[in-house]
Amino acid sequence: MSEPPHRRRAHARSSDLERYAGLFAERTRVMRSSAMRDLMAITARPDVISLAGGLPDTSTFPPQAFAAQMTRIAQESAAEALQYGPTEGFRETIECIVEVMGAEGMLPDPEDVIVTTGGQQAIDLICKALIDPGDVVICEAPTYPGAIPVFCSYQADTIQIECDAEGMRIEELEATLERLDAEGRRPKLIYSVPSFQNPAGVTMSLERRRRLVELARARELLVVEDNPYGLLRFSGEPLPPLYQLDGGDFVIYIGTFSKILSPGIRLGWAVAPPPVMEKVVLGKQAADLCTSTLTQYFVREYFAAGRWREYVESLTGIYRQRRDAMLDALRRYFPPQASWTEPEGGLFVWATLPPYIDTSDLLAKALRENVAFVPGQAAYVDGRGRSSMRLNFSAGGEDEIREGIRRIGKVIAEQVELYGALTGQAAEPAPSRAEGAPEGDAENVVPFRKAEGE
Amino acid sequence: MKVAVLKGGRSLERGVSLRSGARVEDALGRLGHEVLALEADGRLVKRLSAERPDVAFVAMHGPGGEDGTAQELLEILGIPFTGPGVAACARCIDKVLAKHELRGAGVRTPDWFAFNETAFRELGAADALGGLEERLGFPLVVKPSRGGSALGVKFAETWFDVPEALVSAFSYDDRVLLERFVHGRELAVSVLGGEALPVVEAIPREGDSYDFEARYEIGRTSFVCPAQLSEDEAAAVTEAALGAYEALGCSGFSRVDLILAADGPQVLEVNAIPGLTDTSLLPQAAEAAGMSFEQLVEKILDLALAPASA
Repeated sequence: MSEPPHRRRAHARSSDLERYAGLFAERTRVMRSSAMRDLMAITARPDVISLAGGLPDTSTFPPQAFAAQMTRIAQESAAEALQYGPTEGFRETIECIVEVMGAEGMLPDPEDVIVTTGGQQAIDLICKALIDPGDVVICEAPTYPGAIPVFCSYQADTIQIECDAEGMRIEELEATLERLDAEGRRPKLIYSVPSFQNPAGVTMSLERRRRLVELARARELLVVEDNPYGLLRFSGEPLPPLYQLDGGDFVIYIGTFSKILSPGIRLGWAVAPPPVMEKVVLGKQAADLCTSTLTQYFVREYFAAGRWREYVESLTGIYRQRRDAMLDALRRYFPPQASWTEPEGGLFVWATLPPYIDTSDLLAKALRENVAFVPGQAAYVDGRGRSSMRLNFSAGGEDEIREGIRRIGKVIAEQVELYGALTGQAAEPAPSRAEGAPEGDAENVVPFRKAEGE
Repeated sequence: MKVAVLKGGRSLERGVSLRSGARVEDALGRLGHEVLALEADGRLVKRLSAERPDVAFVAMHGPGGEDGTAQELLEILGIPFTGPGVAACARCIDKVLAKHELRGAGVRTPDWFAFNETAFRELGAADALGGLEERLGFPLVVKPSRGGSALGVKFAETWFDVPEALVSAFSYDDRVLLERFVHGRELAVSVLGGEALPVVEAIPREGDSYDFEARYEIGRTSFVCPAQLSEDEAAAVTEAALGAYEALGCSGFSRVDLILAADGPQVLEVNAIPGLTDTSLLPQAAEAAGMSFEQLVEKILDLALAPASA
């Protein structure tokens, strides 16, 4: 399978590298990755059970419906669907977006909406519009791992605020804002995933949502609410998005079709006050002129069929069962020294191990058992999260999840036992579940209660 | 000539290997060879048997490719291959074994103790750790015995860091070593056909010197080649490197990593198959010696086909 040589890059000399190195922009210095990327590349081996990804399950989307919709587009709007579109996105796409947001109680002005190439581009465009090098960005600890490279590439000074079972700790946020005030600094934005957070799986309580919005209004700070999972709730009562509580003055909203329809179509959106939107649109023009016209046509067709909520409900049912399978397996196979979150929706569980286990190293061991997860460090800018891991339950079937958790539990148990042997402490007797390990143990991580009882 | 490039595999350095392999394939193509790119997977032997290349270029790193496994298969198939033979690979990949060989041959290497997991789990080796402070001092470096790159390598500043560092190192191998930390300049000497290439000095731009990422990312570590060394220093470093290369029975090419301390060089390890990526040190050293990457690749092939002369 050798590729013809002419198809490869033709860099001939190693010294080219040093030549290029002198050309790189300062911002590339802080774009991290590669060791992790190498490890993650191995997780893609077919024999590996990967709980590392964040993939929604697209296998239940009916192929016939897909074919019929694409055929209609070809027959009725081929020329338009193959053409450029407006930078802001098509009106019809925005109507679909308004409908999706309406399902969570929001009523955005269509004029305030821009269609983006996935929610990821929305994060990028908002940062592009707001962040100068050295500006402060505040986000949760842990935060969405995919947001970190964006903050880094705009050379933001990223400050992470601890989360607990009710999401971002607002009192810590206030203390941080006070400290920044004293230093004469003002954060450009506060980034939050309030519902079923990636990676922690936690949901910000109503009380904290209100306080966050009040804080933003009182201090005239922008909050960026990233809400990819809001409609994927398995249990508990829906909570109002920050955007709804604020009315759209100080909350910029990011949504996506990735988790309710398809990540492959790369369709997301942002809702922002007009002055911000103006800059975002300019940024979008520079980035890619417009979002894929073809996939916007697809969404339009799909929504016209009127069954999108039904599909979201079916996904929610599938994910609920998978979450339950994962939580059962965690109780069964993880040692008592571990704790984890119990998400009411979304795609992820966040597990925390004793502080002497580094999950990046554990991943190497886990890969020998053909199982993978995301080491917690990926969700921090400062090396914290070393003893935590993100576990995804949306991508695989229940048996696979159980087997994956069993294997991870096995390698953790080995590490715990080894540490016991090394320190001369026989592996601690299981503390009773209700007491749990002291929460202070896990200072770096979302300190949740262990699974209590069973 | 029909050249098979073996790359990938299941080791943690798979990504590096794929980059090395791709770059070698480029060069071979430009040199006019027929290139057969082979992923080291379950079909490797079948494909090698069917294709019968004239020579195999082993661009694999870490266990599976750099430890003698692939080399053994190539020997069975009667296909000449680049780089060191089976025995040298097996010695280089295992840092503990390599250090014993080095010391036996009179090549200086930092003091160390090695433990396997069984010793801790079943023999109460933890009780022996108390002697570390006296014998090695702190800080010390904890490393998995097998494995290239710096994965699983941790510093222990005090006794209290040791158990955690051991748990990390044991994630990569069932044998680990605790090694005295030697302060000094970090040098790499690539040896090609028994001759030392110009010395490369690695100067970390940030953080500590053992950072896996820094080794493979442009801009995180700066490399100076040839390193600024006095004549005496250069001679001592080259002698140590060639001594290590010979002690471990290397042939073709390899890279010797050393620390140049105040009292002279000490060898940390020998990489049987060093990286050949954009940021790797062997190609930089060859460049400093006036060889292009193509010339380097061609030379490595020549050495593989005339092993007696290497």
